[in-house]
Amino acid sequence: MSFDTQRVARLAMIGLAAASLAACASRPKPQGPVATTTPSQPSTPPYSQPTGPNSPVNTGVLPGTVQDFVINIGERIYFDTDSYEVRSDAQPTLGAQAQWLNRYPAVRVRIEGNADERGTREYNLALGARRANAVREFLVSQGVSGARIETLSYGKEKPIDGGSGDDSWAKNRNARTAITDGAR
Amino acid sequence: MNLKILFSSLATAAVLAVSTVALAPSIARAQIEVDIDKGAVKPLPVAIPAFSGAGGRGADIAQVITGNLERSGLFQPLNVANVADKLTDVNVQPRFPDWQATGAQALINGQVTVGADGVLRVDFRLWDTFSQQQLLGLQFTSTAENWRRVAHKISDAVYERLTGEKGYFDTRVVFVAESGTKLNRIKKLAIMDQDGANPQYLTDGSYIVMTPRFSATSQEITFMALRPTGSTIYLQNLETARTETVGKFPGMVFAPRFSPDGRKVAFSVEKGGNSDIYVLDLRTRQSTRITTDPSIDTSPSFSPDGSKIVFNSDRGGQAQLYVMNADGSGVRRISYGGGRYTTPVWSPRGDFIAFTKQTGGEFHIGVMKTDGGDERLLTTSYLDEGPTWAPNGRVLMFFREGPAGVPKLWTVDITGRILRPAAYQGAASDPAWSPLLD
Repeated sequence: MSFDTQRVARLAMIGLAAASLAACASRPKPQGPVATTTPSQPSTPPYSQPTGPNSPVNTGVLPGTVQDFVINIGERIYFDTDSYEVRSDAQPTLGAQAQWLNRYPAVRVRIEGNADERGTREYNLALGARRANAVREFLVSQGVSGARIETLSYGKEKPIDGGSGDDSWAKNRNARTAITDGAR
Repeated sequence: MNLKILFSSLATAAVLAVSTVALAPSIARAQIEVDIDKGAVKPLPVAIPAFSGAGGRGADIAQVITGNLERSGLFQPLNVANVADKLTDVNVQPRFPDWQATGAQALINGQVTVGADGVLRVDFRLWDTFSQQQLLGLQFTSTAENWRRVAHKISDAVYERLTGEKGYFDTRVVFVAESGTKLNRIKKLAIMDQDGANPQYLTDGSYIVMTPRFSATSQEITFMALRPTGSTIYLQNLETARTETVGKFPGMVFAPRFSPDGRKVAFSVEKGGNSDIYVLDLRTRQSTRITTDPSIDTSPSFSPDGSKIVFNSDRGGQAQLYVMNADGSGVRRISYGGGRYTTPVWSPRGDFIAFTKQTGGEFHIGVMKTDGGDERLLTTSYLDEGPTWAPNGRVLMFFREGPAGVPKLWTVDITGRILRPAAYQGAASDPAWSPLLD
């Protein structure tokens, strides 16, 4: 609190100084005799190279957090049209999800199944439920307790790509593993 | 609100009889008729001048009738503002040559009075302008604020007299009003008159709603709500706002639809990724699972007599339509065309099943006989989905959405010739037509 107050006060003073400088600059010139001295060079350069250690500061996410899961593991896998089969290219991601979940046993997840817009609403709800369940079964087969996993289908209600071509639809056919509880 | 509308036949007034007698013998003509099953190759020209009396209310009523008949695609209301015959008294016979000169084959005229007790009375007559015969003479009374419904009742009476089919104008539509973008849609349950008037929201958009449907009584709706915590099927009484659910199930519940007698709801229940069809008896509160196939079974719709259910399943490899007895026995496939068939809806007349069909990169609304014969695709676009029948079983409403993702409501007749935007022009999906109101 006191730190903040001091900081605010200092900022206010800087602000005042800047304001008075600005006021000087814009004030009309006095009518008296004009000084004839030439302006001296500033004693210090207006800009200096940054000094100090050159090593970069790395930012990273804390292990066991939602960010850790999303960035380092990946929360979504993708499906073929009208299919709920876990593709071979999705298995490494799901394997990593399972490992991560096994490392952080307090974490609970909801698998959200999604479908592209090239299907009707009710059918796509059913399809999304199949996809969510396929992911659930995969995680359970890798040792994650089924009690930690709930499933939900959003059908075609939650696209992640607003486009209307094959690439967009491919992204929108997915299952997302969403952490609902227990992350650090 | 008193929705009761008294409905009585107007006795032909004496004035009318006398003037009819005074007329020169008219040339015999076949009575005008609109063949709805052939669609409107050429819509019937009709004159609907402002009804007389009660300030602007007579003009309002004529305008609502005009809109209804025009949107049906079977009628072409003419601009008759400059016709000399002003029809100030509904009990005086029109000057037919004036109306014949406009090209109108039918004339609808009427008179509005509002009594000291606030009772609205509308007398109207429907004329064949060339045979100079009265085809209808009816009187409606109601409360003054109910004038739109009177106009819809008149539209229904005219439609029925000229097409031989029941009308569908005194009805409502429950739907999902949409806003926001494709990536952040806001969906609110909404209800309106079929002509887009009196739109009202029933939910606030804080959760996803979809697939609302009317019960046969038109007082009750069912719809599905989707929240991160799961899905819920609600039953809501529109008069009392009383809401209940179909109950708790371990997985998703979706695709609800009432039985024709309103005593049951069929819907899908998902368990472990598998969707099956259940029927809930609303009186006993007992749910019965009626499909057990390890495939997607969804979008159930009862036949009008309640004995059968049409549904959509991918048990054959991809989505097709199947019919079964209401207890789940006797399943047989009815769709055999190429493509994927979904959202079957049994016509209230029992003669057709409407559906959504996907072929290649396009969607269609179509109809077929209940045995799967005579398939007819009525529409084609990027996305046409979710047909709902007008109560006369001759018109369908559905939603059409382009690549940009803004859905709009459309109507099409069963010939496919009369395709047009519905009166409501906001972004909307999942329409469901009510039965005719009481």
